[in-house]
Amino acid sequence: MIRPRLLAATAAASLAALALSGCVAKSDVAASGALTVTSTDTTCDVSAATATSGTLTFDVTNSSSDVSEFYLLASDGLRIVGEVENIAPGASRSLTVVAQPGDYYTLCKPGMVGEGVGKTAFAVSGETIAATGDDAEQKQKAVDLYAAFVKDQVEQLVPAVDTFVAAYESGDDEAARAQFPTTRAFYERIEPVAESLGDLDPRIDYREVDAVAEGLDWTGFHRIEKDLWVPAQDALNSDGVTPAWQNWQPSTTAERAAYGDQLIADVAELNDYVHSDAFTQALDAQGIAGVSNGAIGLLDEVATGKISGEEDWWSGTDLYDFAANVEGSKMAFSLVQDFATSSGTEGASLVQKIQTGYDDLDASLAKHGSLTTGFVNYSQLTEADKREFTDLINALAEPLSKLTSTILE
Amino acid sequence: MTTNETDATDATPTGASAPAQAPGLSRRGLIGLAAGVGAAGLALGAGAGSAAGVAVGRARAGAAEASVFPFFGAHQAGITTPVQDHLHVASFDMMARTTRDDLIELLQDWTYAAARMSQGLDVSATGAVGGSPDAPPDDTGEALGLAANGLTVTFGFGPTLFETEAGEDRYGIAARRPAVLTPLPAFLGDDLDPLHSGGDLVIQACADDPQVAVHAIRNLSRIAFGRARLRWSQLGFGKTSKTTADQATPRNLFGFKDGTANILADDTAALDTHVWVGQGDDPEWMTGGSYLVARKIAMLIETWDRVRLAEQERITGRDKAHGAPLSGGVETAEPDFAATGATGALAIDKRSHVRLAHPDLNGGIRILRRGYNYVDGNTALGRLDAGLFFLAYQRSPEQFVTLQRALSTDLMSEYIKHIGSGVWAVPPGATAGSYVGAGLFA
Repeated sequence: MIRPRLLAATAAASLAALALSGCVAKSDVAASGALTVTSTDTTCDVSAATATSGTLTFDVTNSSSDVSEFYLLASDGLRIVGEVENIAPGASRSLTVVAQPGDYYTLCKPGMVGEGVGKTAFAVSGETIAATGDDAEQKQKAVDLYAAFVKDQVEQLVPAVDTFVAAYESGDDEAARAQFPTTRAFYERIEPVAESLGDLDPRIDYREVDAVAEGLDWTGFHRIEKDLWVPAQDALNSDGVTPAWQNWQPSTTAERAAYGDQLIADVAELNDYVHSDAFTQALDAQGIAGVSNGAIGLLDEVATGKISGEEDWWSGTDLYDFAANVEGSKMAFSLVQDFATSSGTEGASLVQKIQTGYDDLDASLAKHGSLTTGFVNYSQLTEADKREFTDLINALAEPLSKLTSTILE
Repeated sequence: MTTNETDATDATPTGASAPAQAPGLSRRGLIGLAAGVGAAGLALGAGAGSAAGVAVGRARAGAAEASVFPFFGAHQAGITTPVQDHLHVASFDMMARTTRDDLIELLQDWTYAAARMSQGLDVSATGAVGGSPDAPPDDTGEALGLAANGLTVTFGFGPTLFETEAGEDRYGIAARRPAVLTPLPAFLGDDLDPLHSGGDLVIQACADDPQVAVHAIRNLSRIAFGRARLRWSQLGFGKTSKTTADQATPRNLFGFKDGTANILADDTAALDTHVWVGQGDDPEWMTGGSYLVARKIAMLIETWDRVRLAEQERITGRDKAHGAPLSGGVETAEPDFAATGATGALAIDKRSHVRLAHPDLNGGIRILRRGYNYVDGNTALGRLDAGLFFLAYQRSPEQFVTLQRALSTDLMSEYIKHIGSGVWAVPPGATAGSYVGAGLFA
């Protein structure tokens, strides 16, 4: 799923210009650009697999039995370049985008959760299209696309957690261990959003030492993690002092059911939130700076928690979180980079440095695996490996920290 | 040599046309340096008032805190400059994938920031609090309210900058490496930690306030992110050498005066002979430069403290109270290695530190020492992790090598351990509008 090279190649040219316009009346759209999409329970048929660059309209008819969504994804399969949601069964809605030349994917998501169905390549050829719309409009589009990305990740988190918890509660530890890091990836890509939500992140993602320090009941991913990777009797917790078995026992079947159901409920609450007006209003209030600061915040997560290996203390799956944080950061950056580039020579130079920083970090991560093929355990990293990550994050985070002010200039 | 603000201003040309003449200067560097020189000149021109044109001027007090040394000049500051009280020295390695242009821009950016900081200014015009509220400040801010405190920032190039250990010429400068700039040979008793040795680049920051020295290294490290990475750094306190006659000879952690016979800043003949790379020395771009040798020398403090006084003095070759040679006289008296005591034995032991290191026994070789004491907390064994961070400048590293070899039988060896080491070519000072090391890339 992660294809940094393609992202780098297409992001600069296409992103801000190729923007979501939401649903507009069909008559607003040039007839030459009209495409039809049929969303069923298992397919997502688009009337053509290619198009010429310019304004494109996808008329989406929902023939499935559930509320559906339609997505146009960038070539990395992760970044959303346009989406239309909340299409009732039997109803039709349209997605209008200004499409730049490049490779994309089309995808439907009946039921509004999960990874979607009918993911199909979609190619756009022709000339690059100049951006239209005033600055404020462009920036609002970027915020909208970031909101769409967050929703999409949480929608994929929901069924992934369902499956993961089912394995955990039924005692299929092997399956649960395999799903643990990949399930977390959906959460880690949007971590700052969840963290802004009072007590939700503590319930979902607190480590044992955090919960103890704050006197909270310890629940969530890491509680489950410890059951799945049972520590040795003489092991120490991530503070390096507390015995692993102090005030802890492997969960009973009943406890597993409780922790598992709690995680499902918490993730459902998160899903409700990102689909609420409150979320949209919060993002809108922060505007473009919120997106940019999200990119910075995710990299800080890597620098403070992941490089030290303290996040996934028992499983050693820190590199998955690391990679997902970086993907989320890169996504947010890709949505705002054009504003920085167009601010002048310094902005363009800053964007170039950030892009190089992501490329170098991706290349370094790739030496240890990928989210799809799996990463090595954190314990296998040498001090030199960790040092390299630290240096590359410094190299990226320093210019990235100037992104917001450059955009707002 | 002590310089006040007026001298600094005088020594800093306005540089209006100088940048245009500097070869290989990027447009960005050109603008930055020109602006920097201008800002520094302007600020100093404002006299005792706050720095005009700077968002928030750093405090300007009287006396020592206010001493300002010119950054630009024939030689880099921080060599003959009256030794300040505190040290923060840092070694850097260039990052993978960096280019010759990256290295040049780094040196330009470092020069700009160092020139400003040594005048008591923030690293940039917007500085610690004058920039956008939506961006992290350019300057980290811990030196706000502190004057220059005599800050000097001195840059050097290690052998590996010119050519990696694998023989790679990353920046097209291998052919310009000084022939004498090679890694130091192994010495008897070395116990070197590679993680505290060597490095492509070195920065020595000295100031009379430790926070000012740390602020310099911290900000220069930050400026380097993505281009050069910190390899090691060391804090030092309590200078162990003097470079002017009016400075009292300080003591090292053995409790002895150190650097009594150091080369002083006003001894230009000795400096030209022993410290500065001269005309005709190879290569030409190093003329006016020097070579820095750093040695981290751990002292076995607890053991030393149990040595009886007479033995401590025999090992050193000087008396503890005044630093006078055991052959008699005052501190500055020349030691008489032939003198004998009441028993007929030599007054100064043949293996004493002062004798083995003396120029008379080393073909007249001298070096300029600039070391500092250090205490890095304690070891796992509960001993003070302490010693001497030895810094010496010389016309050729060969001078240090000769002296260090002579010290192989030093009685003091039993109480010290060399745990870090490095050698760097210290280019001449930059002219205003140019940057440190520009000659290497001309």
